Amino acid sequence: MNTVLVFLEAKSGEPTRISLEALAAGAQMAAATGAELAVAMVGAATGAGFEMLGAARQVFAIEDPLLSEYTADGFTASYAQLIEQVKPEFVVLPHTYQVRDFAPRLATRLGRVLISDVTGIAMDAGKVTLTRQLFQGKLNGHYHAVAHAPTLLSVQAGAFRAEAATVTQASVTTFTPNLDAASIRTKPGEPFRAAAQTVDLASAPLLVSVGRGIKDEANLPLVKELAEALGAELAASRPICDAGWLPMERQVGSSGQTVAPKLYLAVGISGAIQHLVGMKGSQCVVAINKDENAPIFEIADYGIVGDLFEVVPALTAAVRKAKG
Amino acid sequence: MKIIVAIKQVPERDARIRIDSAGKWIALDEIEFRMNESDAYALEEALLLKEAHGGEVVVLSAGPERVGQTIREALAKGADRGIHIASDKLGEYDALGVARLMAAAIADEQADLILTGLQSDDLGLGQTGVILAELLGIPHSSLILKIEKTEAGIRVLRELEDGWFQHIEMTTPALLTIQSGNTRLRYATLMGIKKARSKELRVVEADAISVDAARCVSLDSVALPSRQKTTQMLTGTPAEAAAALVEKLQQEVRVL
Ligand SMILES: Cc1cc2nc3c(=O)[nH]c(=O)nc-3n(C[C@H](O)[C@H](O)[C@H](O)COP(=O)(O)OP(=O)(O)OC[C@H]3O[C@@H](n4cnc5c(N)ncnc54)[C@H](O)[C@@H]3O)c2cc1C
Repeated sequence: MNTVLVFLEAKSGEPTRISLEALAAGAQMAAATGAELAVAMVGAATGAGFEMLGAARQVFAIEDPLLSEYTADGFTASYAQLIEQVKPEFVVLPHTYQVRDFAPRLATRLGRVLISDVTGIAMDAGKVTLTRQLFQGKLNGHYHAVAHAPTLLSVQAGAFRAEAATVTQASVTTFTPNLDAASIRTKPGEPFRAAAQTVDLASAPLLVSVGRGIKDEANLPLVKELAEALGAELAASRPICDAGWLPMERQVGSSGQTVAPKLYLAVGISGAIQHLVGMKGSQCVVAINKDENAPIFEIADYGIVGDLFEVVPALTAAVRKAKG
Repeated sequence: MKIIVAIKQVPERDARIRIDSAGKWIALDEIEFRMNESDAYALEEALLLKEAHGGEVVVLSAGPERVGQTIREALAKGADRGIHIASDKLGEYDALGVARLMAAAIADEQADLILTGLQSDDLGLGQTGVILAELLGIPHSSLILKIEKTEAGIRVLRELEDGWFQHIEMTTPALLTIQSGNTRLRYATLMGIKKARSKELRVVEADAISVDAARCVSLDSVALPSRQKTTQMLTGTPAEAAAALVEKLQQEVRVL
């Protein structure tokens, strides 16, 4: 029987949210193709995290002391061995920084190519079309896998809805990969956070966030004045912090802060997924952008298409006037 | 240290996206091209390492003739020589196919380090470097911000999610995919541009490299995303749009 094998990522023994989204995507594929759903996660079979995976017919706990910390070599070898045993038709992974790190290597070892960062899966008469974003969300590409199984895909955060898994009695099988310490060529250190934060963007009710559309550091006062008029904190997209125009602690996105203010006013930000994941929980999103097709408008409640160098000063003036 | 930097030429960031007549890619006729952003950071890291420890920086790029300009730009910034895998139909290869071409083109180089950007701004696969490492049988690490040379090899700073980081120690030869932001990018000087003209740029025809070009995945078509959410667009002059927005912020969002 065909199998869809979903690899989950665990944090403190529990599958992460995006992993459960990958599971939902895998379940959808299994249902549409009449395949069996199998899931695998690194950890001890007795761990509590495995209890919530009951919807799958087969659950594998990949266990080896060499997997206690993530390495690309360790994960690639173990996953490849489990895939060889299960022989799935599809392998589904969450598109996390960790998966980005090793999954292309895993696919290569299997003579395949990963279809990464998938946002949509369409199944039609045995043909599977996978959609992913191109040009940082400005275009969609439709892909299909050629030749032999397995097809490997990773799914984008937020693209599939994680449903509460209905618990049936699935037994957890321990899978012990054949690993040897010498084949692990990297030595990871303890994860750490950057220096103490001096601003707490997460608790700010109003944020004005500035992107590359501002063009030059010298133009920053324009958005600072708007933020002041609104009584908002200033946030930014990555290129602004990369350039050193604002400190990294003000960066919103997958590598920076996650915020959910009452108002998120995005100025000259295109809306790449890595930015969106950090702010899409905002209650109200306003976007000012000269490009009417900018992906930020996909999630904005209100939009102004125009040149920020004209719109922002006008907005600052209007806010000041309203506040009297 | 001998460092190879793989660089991709991509459409300029603000390029207007129009779909070509076959519906398979964007129309390239009015497009300007530039160096992929994270690749520019990879080049910068390579040049900094060379300045600190000596050695050679070789840039590698695959694509049609116009890619030569991007290689020259890297040479003008300080790279020592270039390798151009020339092909007008690179789009027919998938990421594994392109990585195979690259592996073949640098097979004799014996580099200590291979750097790439972490993903391209057009396809955004984020895979070519990692695949190349597997093909070459060397370790890799992705999303790298900093590289330090150590006795045994290198120590790198890797970006994790949500503002976390991690150091990783590894032996060389190794491949790293570079994340933006650790350094400021340099500009080419006039002197650099002049010097670049006489630097070696070896052109290897992709067709002359015998690799397995059979595709594993195929990009069948492209489409503009359909908008799911109906954004309320506020129109008029800047002053009118601003006034309309303030009214919404007062009456509906209630934050003013
Ligand atoms: C692994 C990884 C992690 C990342 N982490 C993050 C992260 O944490 N946070 C983050 O933000 N990004 C992150 N990125 C980068 C992300 O992919 C985008 O490159 C980035 O968010 C783009 O920033 P931007 O929108 O400011 O710039 P651009 O994409 O260049 O957009 C600029 C926008 O300004 C508009 N504009 C230009 N001029 C004007 C004008 N005069 N008036 C009005 N509008 C104008 C343009 O139309 C455009 O839409 C990450 C990327 C990767 C691969």
